[in-house]
Amino acid sequence: MKQFIQDLSEKNHHQATRLLQILRAIQSRYHYVPADAIEQLAGLLNKPRTQIISVVEFYSFFHLQPKGQFEILISDSITDHMLGKINLTSYLARQLKVAVGEVREDGIVSLDNTSCTGMCDQGPAGLVNGYALTRLDRARIDVITDLINQQKPLAAWPVELFHIEDNIHKPGLLLKQQINQGAALNVAFKRGLKETLAEIDKSGLRGRGGAGFKTAMKWQFCSEEAQSERYVVCNADEGEPGTFKDRVLLNSFAHQVFEGMTLCAAIIGAQKGFLYLRGEYLYLYDQLQCILDERRKAGLLGIDILGQGLNFDIEICMGAGAYICGEESALIESLEGKPGIPRNRPPYPVTQGYLGKPTVVNNVETFLAAAAIAVNGGDWFASVGTAKSKGTKILSISGDCARPGIYEYPFGTTIETVLMDCGAANVMGVQVGGPSGTFISNQEFDRKLAFEDLATGGSFIIFDESRNILDMVNNFTHFFAHESCGFCTPCRVGTSLLKKQFDKIVEGHGSAGDVAALEELCQVIKGYSHCGLGQTAANPVLTTLERYPELYQDKLKKISYEPGFDLDGALEIARRMANRTDAGAHLTQVGEDHE
Amino acid sequence: MANKTRVATVSLAGCFGCHMSLLDIDERMLQLAELIEFDRSPLTDIEHCTNCDIGLIEGGVCNSENVHVLREFRKNCKILVAVGACAINGGLPSLRNFIPLEECLAEAYLDGIGVENPQIPSDPELPLLLNKVYPIHEVVKIDYFLPGCPPSADVFWKFLTDLLDGREPSLPYELVHYD
Repeated sequence: MKQFIQDLSEKNHHQATRLLQILRAIQSRYHYVPADAIEQLAGLLNKPRTQIISVVEFYSFFHLQPKGQFEILISDSITDHMLGKINLTSYLARQLKVAVGEVREDGIVSLDNTSCTGMCDQGPAGLVNGYALTRLDRARIDVITDLINQQKPLAAWPVELFHIEDNIHKPGLLLKQQINQGAALNVAFKRGLKETLAEIDKSGLRGRGGAGFKTAMKWQFCSEEAQSERYVVCNADEGEPGTFKDRVLLNSFAHQVFEGMTLCAAIIGAQKGFLYLRGEYLYLYDQLQCILDERRKAGLLGIDILGQGLNFDIEICMGAGAYICGEESALIESLEGKPGIPRNRPPYPVTQGYLGKPTVVNNVETFLAAAAIAVNGGDWFASVGTAKSKGTKILSISGDCARPGIYEYPFGTTIETVLMDCGAANVMGVQVGGPSGTFISNQEFDRKLAFEDLATGGSFIIFDESRNILDMVNNFTHFFAHESCGFCTPCRVGTSLLKKQFDKIVEGHGSAGDVAALEELCQVIKGYSHCGLGQTAANPVLTTLERYPELYQDKLKKISYEPGFDLDGALEIARRMANRTDAGAHLTQVGEDHE
Repeated sequence: MANKTRVATVSLAGCFGCHMSLLDIDERMLQLAELIEFDRSPLTDIEHCTNCDIGLIEGGVCNSENVHVLREFRKNCKILVAVGACAINGGLPSLRNFIPLEECLAEAYLDGIGVENPQIPSDPELPLLLNKVYPIHEVVKIDYFLPGCPPSADVFWKFLTDLLDGREPSLPYELVHYD
């Protein structure tokens, strides 16, 4: 192992910023990060051992204790649940003879849950040693079980297990036609970079990650910074449950995304770019590297791009299972090899981003659109959409509909239109924008996709009338409690309390004041959290409480109070150890005055 | 003096520090005594609560007896108040929540240094420990919370005088600002 770590560190030039990539390699080889490896890395990277441990502990895909040689993770998105994930996971656990959350005794296989893996249109989904599995069913599980018990290396597994569909059902302005390789850069250099930025400004393009900051303004600000070392970062940490459009864009439109990044580099004057790819999309890594190589050979990346004196290259950095790294400042921290804890803003990344240098961070779809705008002009893009939201939005549609997949719509399209197109019937409601977004009921389907009405990063999950809304809220609320980065108290403690209080009500232990207490807790988390995760973590409860208060009220008991935990059960250990069986060794769940 | 406001107090899994802090209102105690009388409290040695207006609970819930006492207070007090960090969050005693109860009991009664005649005490008279220390609002309904470790004398004074004057109690920022 010593030699392996030594070589690995050397390959990464002993740079502490490369820590995530180094740890990924160690985890992949040893199925955990051994204490000796950490000790050795501390010396090689000149970074305190404790800081390396904090990184290992922060990311879901790193482990201090050994996992199985085959590490299986099952996606825990609500869409996977809707496709029968629970039954399937217990079947898998039975077949493999390993409990969820455990490593099998022989160390061959381990099984656990993981947050949404971005395969919502082809779930139930999972990961095996980081590689995406789709459309899991009993037949596939039987095959997988055999392969694991025979200890067949992944390379020898049937490829159809790893087959992933694009499912583009409705291409629009952007998806109908890819630009030719180099077209955006050629046009931009010919037209002039200033003029090209003006076109992007004219297009009205706003960030597609969800927040909607004007792209041209961001690039302009960055280019005006005094420091000349600048960076371009493409945020492909698509972690919002129900979102998978970036996966499709990087699978089939990667050239154009990289071209958008290169265009940005030309305009802001950057030499280096990063694609921060979520760990769940490991299967895209090799093909993306090939595309980067192709572009280097074509003179579209590297030294003196297109003979215009632009030097720029792109590096792919992989995440390791942390939803919070989709937040741009947390992403930058992660790129620097640290835990993904959001920074204080301001200063914004455009002034102090990667390594404290001016940095543009944009979503995959934003770079894709910017490249198309450079070719086709600002008016082309601005000709569709609404006054405040120009152009189109690419949606990832999943849940109860006939044709889940990718749909591109002009902004201003009504929810009703979307539901008709994807073949959704008897719809109860739609979660727009993922767990951090908004739940809308079937009374609101005349609302529009637009920053001024329903802003969304692209997640669109449909629930029909057979679904229980509280199951969805339960899934989302547990998701946030799991993904809270732990930095600020309102979010770290708040999301856990919220989970507990919600469960208490749903499990039937709630009484008169409990819904009010739930709402109060939501307001504290929303109002006092450090970043967007905490500020939106209570949305699933708040938006459903507003629309279906009776769902919550009906769960309440007609007594003044009941504990949310099993009071008598809490005495069990002491009772057993003291050998007590008398009446005084028991407690009733509710006090006598409550009948 | 039948119309005095009746107040009961108790310390569950607490250190009596909150009670000491209440006494720190010093000479204002005389003013308070004009308006209230104590029912069950360490200050009176009355063993059980009768009908009260206000119940002040210090400390969290660590054993079965705490549960019974807390329920007695809830039954008899119109307004029940969680006083101090332990009542609100479990506080210091809840540090044991990170250690399994089996290990705690084994350390104290079986394997600890200097333990003679090792055995887990077993007597119907003894309350059993809960697996964890719980904040009191997870066991009964609580109406108000006084933060602090302990809440300062001024917090007690402001809270009680608000209630006695018929105002909705509120604590200004200065009284709940700790750094």
